[in-house]
Amino acid sequence: MKKLKKVVSLLVVTSMAVASLAACGTKASSGGDKFFIGGIGPVTGGAAIYGQSVKNAAELAVQEINDAGGINGVKIEFAFEDDEADGEKAVNAYNTLKDKGMKILMGTVTSGACASVIDKTKSDNMFQLTPSASSKDVLALGNVFQVCFSDPNQGIASADYIGSKGVASKVAVIYDSSDIYSSGIYEKFKAEAAGQNFEIVAAEAFTADSKTDFSVQLQKAKDAGAELVFLPIYYNEAALILTQAAALDYKPIFFGCDGLDGILTVENFDTTLAEGVMLLTPFAADATDEKTAAFVKAYKEKYSDTPNQFAADAYDAIYIIKAAIEKSGAKPSMSVSELGDALRGAMTQITVDGLTGAGMTWSETGEVNKAPRAVVIKDGSYVSAE
Amino acid sequence: MSFISYLIKGISLGSVYSIIALGYTMVYGIAKMLNFAHGDVIMVGGYVIFTVMSMIGLNPFVAVLLSIILCTLLGITIERVAYKPLRSASSLAVLITAIGVSYLLQNLALLIFGADTKSFTSIIAVPALKLADGRLTISGETLVTIPLCILIMVLLTVFVKRSKTGRSMQAVSEDKAAAVLMGINVNKTIAITFAIGSSLAAVASVLMFSAYPSLTSTSGSMPGIKAFVAAVFGGIGSIPGAMLGGILLGVIEILGRAYISSQLADAIVFLILIIVLLVKPTGILGKKIQEKV
Repeated sequence: MKKLKKVVSLLVVTSMAVASLAACGTKASSGGDKFFIGGIGPVTGGAAIYGQSVKNAAELAVQEINDAGGINGVKIEFAFEDDEADGEKAVNAYNTLKDKGMKILMGTVTSGACASVIDKTKSDNMFQLTPSASSKDVLALGNVFQVCFSDPNQGIASADYIGSKGVASKVAVIYDSSDIYSSGIYEKFKAEAAGQNFEIVAAEAFTADSKTDFSVQLQKAKDAGAELVFLPIYYNEAALILTQAAALDYKPIFFGCDGLDGILTVENFDTTLAEGVMLLTPFAADATDEKTAAFVKAYKEKYSDTPNQFAADAYDAIYIIKAAIEKSGAKPSMSVSELGDALRGAMTQITVDGLTGAGMTWSETGEVNKAPRAVVIKDGSYVSAE
Repeated sequence: MSFISYLIKGISLGSVYSIIALGYTMVYGIAKMLNFAHGDVIMVGGYVIFTVMSMIGLNPFVAVLLSIILCTLLGITIERVAYKPLRSASSLAVLITAIGVSYLLQNLALLIFGADTKSFTSIIAVPALKLADGRLTISGETLVTIPLCILIMVLLTVFVKRSKTGRSMQAVSEDKAAAVLMGINVNKTIAITFAIGSSLAAVASVLMFSAYPSLTSTSGSMPGIKAFVAAVFGGIGSIPGAMLGGILLGVIEILGRAYISSQLADAIVFLILIIVLLVKPTGILGKKIQEKV
């Protein structure tokens, strides 16, 4: 009996030793001559559409870069793991990718899951760039960079856009004071508007308990002579506001953020009322600039699907990582932590022209700074406002 | 000019509250119970009209008629299944059952129709009235709501005061045991009260969702609570009281939102309720009933 135990333990020890050697082997082979970028996002479950778009577009970008000779002659290896938009699964996915040899993380796609991974990347000092997690929470540890605007910064971007393009000189705001997304954007919008060449003539709130009657808010905006009504709210309430404004014969420009994306899908809503509505979204698939057209064409050819803003964010993310590697002169032989330091240092110095914005730069905190882009609804679809 | 516009909007919103409050007040006055599921009957009425019009594609009048019939049946069923067996139980038990029915209806609607907001198509085809060179617009919904509300109140008052059923309602309201001795069928009287209350809820749903066309499974709860407040405000159990309370509440809400703060409108409404009840606990038109020993 004793003998058997010894044999078993010996077997266990040898097998473990072999396994650890084998792990070393794979790491060495993938880590030496390629930049290993890992991606995490939901490709199954309720948010699958987001993760699938990110995965597709990232793979497309990696293929393009590799076909063109890689980064400074070094190819990229890309692997993607599913997290079902769940925090725990995201951590598992992260560990799996690290075992495979990941040195740079492009993810995760959703804010909630992303916030659970930042602890891991912080302790490993791994470089992390999220394409689409917009919450402020993901920036809490100061080690993550974003491709998309953080929620409240959409307020700054909106004010900048309205001011710099001279869209209107008198602006009214209708926002949901019981919702952090909406009131957060409004606060930033108000602060930013102070330095712009327009005036906020009415700022009206509603709450989750009274979100059906907006006639008073609209009447006040109309009486104040607002030419533009800023709606940092979700599309369901916006659809009601548009309907009630039409009943009041009030036809200002309506301007919203990404929460308005989806207004054309509200059941029974008269979408002709949404004609001319402007919204700040980083990407419109039917924009006619060369870069977008080429991306949309390549994406459609490869996946026979029209890319959405998540795809554009991920495509940009890969090119941003490329720019940071080029700027820092990082080598694939560097360790995870060395790469993390090098790329983070480079991020605040680079400027990237991407699909989701021209002249993107990053602050120390990880927030992106880019020229906002707006789309306008025309004939029932989004068209670039420029 | 905008003051008049706000005032008209307030009366219009208040009229909807009044019609809902009539349902609360009738049931409370006669069955001495708070039917918290009343607001959700409005939501059911809205979904019936939505389904009949958008999915089956029938005429709006058929939709409204069907909605009134179904809501009436629903009201009678709720009373029969959930409240009647508890008639001799404590009022607290009935209150909790009513809250249970309310959540049951909300979750059933959520299950059947999903969580996404349905946009209701207005079925009131009256054109808006433009006065004073277009500076004052009165919507078609308002033009229908206010007279309809007054009509309903007058009819209901006449019905309760003059008809035989109405008089038996008054008798049950005053003393249930004595009413039984006088040969009044108490169960039938209470069932009729629920039927009337629920059909009024269906009418309210037509007016409410035409004016504010957003339909979700919880659409009925906030108007329901506000209408309950209106009923208490005006004096619960009193038909003109419900009418007055509803209109005052609507006007206070709209004017508060317009001139004080759009954020505080609901807080102001409930603050005024507290003050009124502190000064006059029976409500504005409530009767002070002396308990005879």
